[in-house]
Amino acid sequence: MIIVEYEAKALLKARGLPIPDGMTADTPDDARYAAETLGGAVVLKVQIPMGGRMKAGGVRFADTPEAAEAAARDLLGMTLLGWRVERLLVERRLAIAGEYYLGATYDSGQRSALLLASAAGGIDIEAHGGLGQVRFSPNVSIPDYVGREAAAALGLAGKAFAQVSGLAKSLAETFVQWDALLLECNPLLVDDGGAWWIADVHLELDDDALYRQKALLELAPFSAALAARRSAFEMSAAALDERDHRGAAGRLVALDGTIGLIIGGGGASLTAMDALLDAGLSPANYCEIGGNPSVWKVKELTKLILRQPQVEKLVVIMNVVSNTRVDLMARGVIKGILELGRDPRDVIAAFRIPGSWEDEGAKLLDHYGVRHFGRETTIEGVIEEIR
Amino acid sequence: MTILAHAETRILVQGITGREAATFTAESIRYGAKIVAGVTPGKGGMRIHDVPVFDTVRGALAAQPADAAIISVPPGVALDATREALANGLRLLVVVTERIPRRDVVQMIEAARQAGAQMVGPNSLGIISPGKTRIGMAGGAADAVRRAYLPGRVGVISRSGGMMTEIASLLTGAGIGQSTCVSIGGDPIIGATFLDLLPLYEADPETDALVIFGEPGGMMEERLAEYVEAQHPRLPIIAFVAGRFADRMQGIRFGHAGAMVNGAAGSPAAKIVRMREAGILVASRLGEIPGMVKKVMR
Repeated sequence: MIIVEYEAKALLKARGLPIPDGMTADTPDDARYAAETLGGAVVLKVQIPMGGRMKAGGVRFADTPEAAEAAARDLLGMTLLGWRVERLLVERRLAIAGEYYLGATYDSGQRSALLLASAAGGIDIEAHGGLGQVRFSPNVSIPDYVGREAAAALGLAGKAFAQVSGLAKSLAETFVQWDALLLECNPLLVDDGGAWWIADVHLELDDDALYRQKALLELAPFSAALAARRSAFEMSAAALDERDHRGAAGRLVALDGTIGLIIGGGGASLTAMDALLDAGLSPANYCEIGGNPSVWKVKELTKLILRQPQVEKLVVIMNVVSNTRVDLMARGVIKGILELGRDPRDVIAAFRIPGSWEDEGAKLLDHYGVRHFGRETTIEGVIEEIR
Repeated sequence: MTILAHAETRILVQGITGREAATFTAESIRYGAKIVAGVTPGKGGMRIHDVPVFDTVRGALAAQPADAAIISVPPGVALDATREALANGLRLLVVVTERIPRRDVVQMIEAARQAGAQMVGPNSLGIISPGKTRIGMAGGAADAVRRAYLPGRVGVISRSGGMMTEIASLLTGAGIGQSTCVSIGGDPIIGATFLDLLPLYEADPETDALVIFGEPGGMMEERLAEYVEAQHPRLPIIAFVAGRFADRMQGIRFGHAGAMVNGAAGSPAAKIVRMREAGILVASRLGEIPGMVKKVMR
């Protein structure tokens, strides 16, 4: 889950990290008031859970309250990177003497936590390379030297070295305590008075750890609301899982093709999607199911997919996992199609049905005249059969 | 021979009283696995499919010595269960629990490394050495495992548990048996990577070839390619990478949590190119795998 900039900054400020003065604005009037209150030049930034806001035109500078109001009028209500802009962060503009990058994340190769530091901060940090790396163990207590090594990687000395050492250590500690996957300060600025500021921050929390970060989430209600706002289609799959926890309707992603998909397992879904596109067919959705879903859940999932107007055919692919009872899968799919008043023989282009209780499943499909395949036909083989 | 576990490996199941764990315990015993004890705090004294349950790993091992642990506990206590297993001398841990917080996973791997133990997973369906043992739940019921897996000389390592059985079944259908199959889990950070396991297969005189199933995300396939280029392992490697389509749909997260694509790094297309450069044989279709294996084993 992504915590938007202003909420992440408020949380970091509460931990004593250096955050520029700022106020949020939901209306042009708010923006004007914020600019008046902060005094002098300001920067206005859209609050959406996405990186790349500057390049997308979501950041504006204003020298006067009137200019801030006008900029806010442009930004609020626009759609940027797929999100409607509802809130801005208005911040006092800093006099920049130097721009740096400092971030904490996990390194999947070394399997450790990592501070990344670069003296070339800014929007194209990924392109520059040459990041200093300081690995640390994600324990509650982070040794001081981790911060010092990061400051050294930035090429700092003297007073700046001491200041940034503390800041970097605190960042690593925060990263661990909040169960973040990414906590990035980009840029980390030093102003003309030698003061250090976290000018922008990118914070992503581990969805699998949210259960133990409830207090933090309460302090980020705007981000939590944005995270809950998924497409209606994806929401429906999630709602199915909530109503019936047996098996997982799992991840459902709407695409724009004509072939509806129900596939058992993540690896099989990836394989089937490749095969579909290789065969020149267009999937209407991505869908992986897992475990042992109930007949009801499969039925509802089938209806959900078939109700999309562009869907012409349904392909169901189970793999040889054998944990999932495929006869129940077949029953659910057939029931869903019948409830929509359609004929399973027409709707199902292919049903691959290896797994436990496969003979019962095959019998049921035979009864409805549905074309089915066993384990001897590969996932790709099934797709090629329907082309 | 096998890697990691053998027919006589004595297995402890942490979290044995859970629904899933109880099921795979029964089916694994039916398959021939030596599951000797279970642990669920507060449930000591129970029996699950005739396996005695203890409150602590220490108590379990005092009564029933074991070599390996299957960790099938709720995500929030997986780190603690791992520490308990390591502190009591267990040196092979198969973590089947999924959705463990990343911070805990990294600490689990660090702890295993410090103890000199091998951790497989999290989110692993387990290890199968056909005809000898199963540590975990890959392949489902005992009969289904017997049908899909055949004893033989090909190793399989897969980032997808389901596709491991699919590949084994393909090989079995072509009369090609397997030595040891390992479901390493689809998460971004895991205890046993392709690179961690390759040396074990290299040292196994009864493995003649290796099949690996890769997915988008991470650099595991690229690292394997680097190693192959530098070390020239004796085993021929046949790889399949699923999820090429994701390259055309940037920004959407598909498949396992690890299957997250950021730019060109970690993309299936880049992995395939890199592996081919290194001399790894990459199948463009699953169906090609048995033929390719036969060719290199001749």
